[in-house]
Amino acid sequence: MADNERIPTVIADQAHIIYRVHQAGGGSSSPLASFKRLATRTKSANIREVHAVKGVSFVAYKGEAIGLIGTNGSGKSTLLRAVAGLLPVSRGAIYAAGQPSLLGVNAALMNDLPGDRNVELGCLAMGMSPAEVKAKKNGIIEFSGINDKGDFSSLPMRTYSSGMSARLRFSIAAAKQHDVLLIDEALATGDAKFRKRSEARVRELRAQAGTVFLVSHSEQSIRDTCERCIWLEAGEIRADGPTNEVMKEYEAFARR
Amino acid sequence: MPETAVAETDAGLSLKELARRNGLSASGRLPSLPEYTRQLWAYRHFIRAHSSAKMTSALGNTKLGAVWQVLTPVINAAVYYVIFGVILQAHGDMDNFIAYLCVGVFTFQFTQSVVQSGTNAITSNLGLIRALHFPRASLPLSAALVEIRNFMVALVVLSGIVLVTREPITAEWLIVPVVLVLHSFFNVGLGLFMARYGSKVRDVKQLIPFIMRFWLYGSAVLYPVTRFENAGLSGWQLQVVEANPLLVYIELMRHALLEGAPRANTPTVLWIEAVAWSLAVGIGGFVYFWRGEKGYGRG
Repeated sequence: MADNERIPTVIADQAHIIYRVHQAGGGSSSPLASFKRLATRTKSANIREVHAVKGVSFVAYKGEAIGLIGTNGSGKSTLLRAVAGLLPVSRGAIYAAGQPSLLGVNAALMNDLPGDRNVELGCLAMGMSPAEVKAKKNGIIEFSGINDKGDFSSLPMRTYSSGMSARLRFSIAAAKQHDVLLIDEALATGDAKFRKRSEARVRELRAQAGTVFLVSHSEQSIRDTCERCIWLEAGEIRADGPTNEVMKEYEAFARR
Repeated sequence: MPETAVAETDAGLSLKELARRNGLSASGRLPSLPEYTRQLWAYRHFIRAHSSAKMTSALGNTKLGAVWQVLTPVINAAVYYVIFGVILQAHGDMDNFIAYLCVGVFTFQFTQSVVQSGTNAITSNLGLIRALHFPRASLPLSAALVEIRNFMVALVVLSGIVLVTREPITAEWLIVPVVLVLHSFFNVGLGLFMARYGSKVRDVKQLIPFIMRFWLYGSAVLYPVTRFENAGLSGWQLQVVEANPLLVYIELMRHALLEGAPRANTPTVLWIEAVAWSLAVGIGGFVYFWRGEKGYGRG
């Protein structure tokens, strides 16, 4: 592909992301200590700012599948959320074609509700019309395979195993067409059978969609799906290039 | 396989320029107010589904389930009946104090629940907000919808109480739905306001019980509204106290359901104040919430 034919779909321009964490029991929690903190105007120990992504720039093109790798806490998931527009960028900018969608296993659904109600709710939350939801509902449940071992789709989600609920979440998110698809660890869940099915689905979505980002700790699924890799370490890009080369560097780093 | 490198950014073009040329929009850009309203309208099915899902999951682990929707206001009314009707005999010179009291308590409860659930609408759904893309106002709206539904059930219970206390059914009952709409509009705006404010300043959650109690005692719920005048308030002070939006909605509700209940203002003044409050708080709350739209994921 020649350079001038390539259409950029996601551009990050010196993006910084800072988010706030409210934590219980950070630092001293006695009333006196809190009062002293207020009086001396020091920042609350309960609210901490995390500078998760520090000045990241890259251009992603149509038809690419990009793997994001890095050790735990290196800012991969945060970066994806910012690309999806779910977390605001503190400095710099991220531009995207259309509305990127994050396909994560963390999508919080309602645990007290049965699986099929969650499918409906999740689809509506992604902006589908009720008619579309009705048409796709059974397909989603079937794809997730939660009914393989009995009628689980009518049981509350809190009764599901973690693998089952992750599968259901992935299936819901994968039911929609996306211009830019962001996948967060989703492929690492479920058993071997489901992994195969979900990888096939991702390939399908890739064919239809523009660009795919994949965050995963599974070296295999990155190698299988992505030809380009971005290695993020402590919020900064350490390497960006063909998967083989970046992976080699990363492995050398990880072994140290 | 496309060759990729960090350095090549299309012949020296700045990234911003490249984005502009290819028609990419900054993610996290705030949509215009009409655009946002349209998006929200497109999500009306989600709002409805989310609110009924929340209702089911809230009552799902109780034995009686949806019966609680009716039982809660009935028990609520019974408590006030026992204290004020039986023990204190607080009717005094006023006939049908029980019905008077219940209208006030139920109407007040409506706003109180919306404020409480609105404050939590963003903070308790951060997982959903950080995972999916939808107009954030859906969440406080769905929370408000839950309370509107609850209040409609409570209104049925309330009509029962009013009838049992031998109030006649009059043509004025027809204005109940109008008051309900105005009050709901006010509450939705208040809920939206509290949702953004509560997500920015979490400490406000600790203060809400006190603010609401202050509001309760100031809204002539538990005592006849004529107390303000009897207490020696007059002129602008009285005007300010009586312009309290909750007092206005409660008075209109009483005006609709009860015969000869004492009133602080003429119906005309009440109607003007009610409409003004609905519009000001309804629209103001929506605009305030919309302006924070892109920051809710930050936490």
